[in-house]
Amino acid sequence: MREKLIYGLGAIAAVLLARDLYSIFMQLPDEASQGMIYRIIFFHVPAAITAMLCAAVTCITSVTYLLTRNLKFDAISVAVTEVGLAFLAANLVTGSIWGRIIWGIWWTWDARLTSALVCWLLYAGYLMLRRAIEEPTARARISAVFNIFAFVDVPIVIFSIKWWRTQHPQPVFWGGGSIDPAMYLTAVLNLVALILLAVVLSLIRLRQEEVQREIDSIRRYAHAV
Amino acid sequence: MDFLRQTLVIARKDLRAELRTKEAINAALAFSIVILVLFSFAFDPGEQETVEMSGGLLWIVFAFAGTLVLNRSFAREVPNDCLDALVAAPISGAALFLGKALANFVLVIAVELVSLPVFGIFYNVHWTGQIWSLLLVLALGTWGLTVIGTIFSALTVNIRLRELMAPLLVYPMLIPALMSAMKLTMDLIAGKPLGGEDEVWLRLLVAFDVIFTALSLVLLETVLVG
Amino acid sequence: MSAVAAEGVWKFYGDYPALRDVILHAEPGACLALIGRNGAGKTTLLRIIGGFSKAGRGQVRIFGNDPRDTETRRRVGWIGHGISVYDELSALENLSLFGRLYNLPDPQKSAMEWLERTGLERVKDGLVREFSRGMRQRLAVARAFLHQPSVLLLDEPFTALDDRAIAVLQRLLREALAEGRTVVMSTHQLREALELATHVALLNRGKIAFHGARTPQMLADPGWVYAHYDEA
Repeated sequence: MREKLIYGLGAIAAVLLARDLYSIFMQLPDEASQGMIYRIIFFHVPAAITAMLCAAVTCITSVTYLLTRNLKFDAISVAVTEVGLAFLAANLVTGSIWGRIIWGIWWTWDARLTSALVCWLLYAGYLMLRRAIEEPTARARISAVFNIFAFVDVPIVIFSIKWWRTQHPQPVFWGGGSIDPAMYLTAVLNLVALILLAVVLSLIRLRQEEVQREIDSIRRYAHAV
Repeated sequence: MDFLRQTLVIARKDLRAELRTKEAINAALAFSIVILVLFSFAFDPGEQETVEMSGGLLWIVFAFAGTLVLNRSFAREVPNDCLDALVAAPISGAALFLGKALANFVLVIAVELVSLPVFGIFYNVHWTGQIWSLLLVLALGTWGLTVIGTIFSALTVNIRLRELMAPLLVYPMLIPALMSAMKLTMDLIAGKPLGGEDEVWLRLLVAFDVIFTALSLVLLETVLVG
Repeated sequence: MSAVAAEGVWKFYGDYPALRDVILHAEPGACLALIGRNGAGKTTLLRIIGGFSKAGRGQVRIFGNDPRDTETRRRVGWIGHGISVYDELSALENLSLFGRLYNLPDPQKSAMEWLERTGLERVKDGLVREFSRGMRQRLAVARAFLHQPSVLLLDEPFTALDDRAIAVLQRLLREALAEGRTVVMSTHQLREALELATHVALLNRGKIAFHGARTPQMLADPGWVYAHYDEA
């Protein structure tokens, strides 16, 4: 059943991505001031939104784990966090590439990039913490608590960095501006595609986590006997 | 009230134990002085630059030195399995957390109150212009640092590489609090009284303190017991 | 009502069941010896009873209440693998601290009383760090008995005790049982434990293989329970 879900969603995501790539590269014109590189926004922004959704999901599953103590929720937490971290990394990398092309620099401490980096560090900490705890039940409990702290910190981090940058304005990476309606559709479809991709990757990772847990318990059985 | 009484019992115990050995506090003080000295070599700042970087420098020193104290918080309960005795005792997780946080707060503030005059001397900075506001910011910022450091000390008490893990997890979480404290401290050392834009930072610091104190009080029992 | 009751307790490490459907009772005034091979789950079970970790399934009750209740914790004394006293504090400071945590009416007085009962009154101001092993163990015993608990949970208490400490512990346990307190202790030291025990439970790979009264036969041949009920 889950296999079918993975393949099905994966297929839809692939179709959407194909359509969007075609649209992005073949149909849409170059942007006025930026030229070719602006196309990266179709991945840069949806990646961030997807990562945010992943963070929200893991917070919910962490709380649910603490309430139910069902390890399934712990498995979902780690799977979705890893996927979210990957998308956030994609956001950082695409942002950096854009900055290199447009501004000639690989990095700038503008509000959005900085917030993304700090959030990435927070959730990377989650994965590091998990790696340091062997016993699965303790690992689930401790990392669930950490996840709650991290998620509560995210809005505070975003706000504080934004306020810091309001006081010390710097060139904003994206500039404002509205999006042309033609581009809007592609942007939204790409967001949907990326979200589907995130779901597919999470399901695959979830399966791997559950198999790992089974192996661990079989190993314990073997040692006990 | 029982809760308050037990909190103070825990706080007194931690303070007595630390003051008897002075391991963490000596390390923290030495560390803070060394960093202050190193920075002056590394950057050799002029007068204007010094005031501008004072907030950042001081809070980096406080955060790093403070972590040495904060990590010990639950780590000191590991030898002899003392943590078991605390968990078995009829005190609430909240009282245990608050007691340890209070003791930590006192210790870290002590380190900071020694570091400030040292900073003033080494960098030739007059920092007492807005002393009361500065002490307020010191207290609020240190409380935020203490709360996160204490709860994460509990989180990592039983894990591998505890010494490495706790600081790695703590610093990203602290960024909003450190940012606020740095900005406010810089303005106060420059002699500007609190007001205007600073209010947002102050409110942010208070919000950070309140939110994470509440979260820690509620979750400590879950962390230690399950 | 049982003093200590485990009802269908399971404990999981990941998916692996360390304890499987454990059903155990100890009536008030009983002394239950929990025996089993290494890795059988004795410490795991005892720690769940003591409220240090939670059962995955099923529940533990002490006098009908959850072990984590504040009032219940007040009535339970624990000796684990460590001595659970602070090296940097003196014997008297340690006991006074726990006296205050347990809300005793006169912590200092209770502390002195138990220092005398465990033969440590002369070193009351010595730091635990400087104590010999036997002294540290006697202080651990004093700490566990200090607040007059109704239930005593001991995890392999006789292991690595010197003769004097064993004698002190046995005397105190006998007195406690005579006063109607309940004792549950896990042990490898069958001889010392079976002398005091009124009941015996055998844990084998997480399951209770035997649970009943201690018989004279067991006293005569401590390995009897293992021989008859333990799977190799």
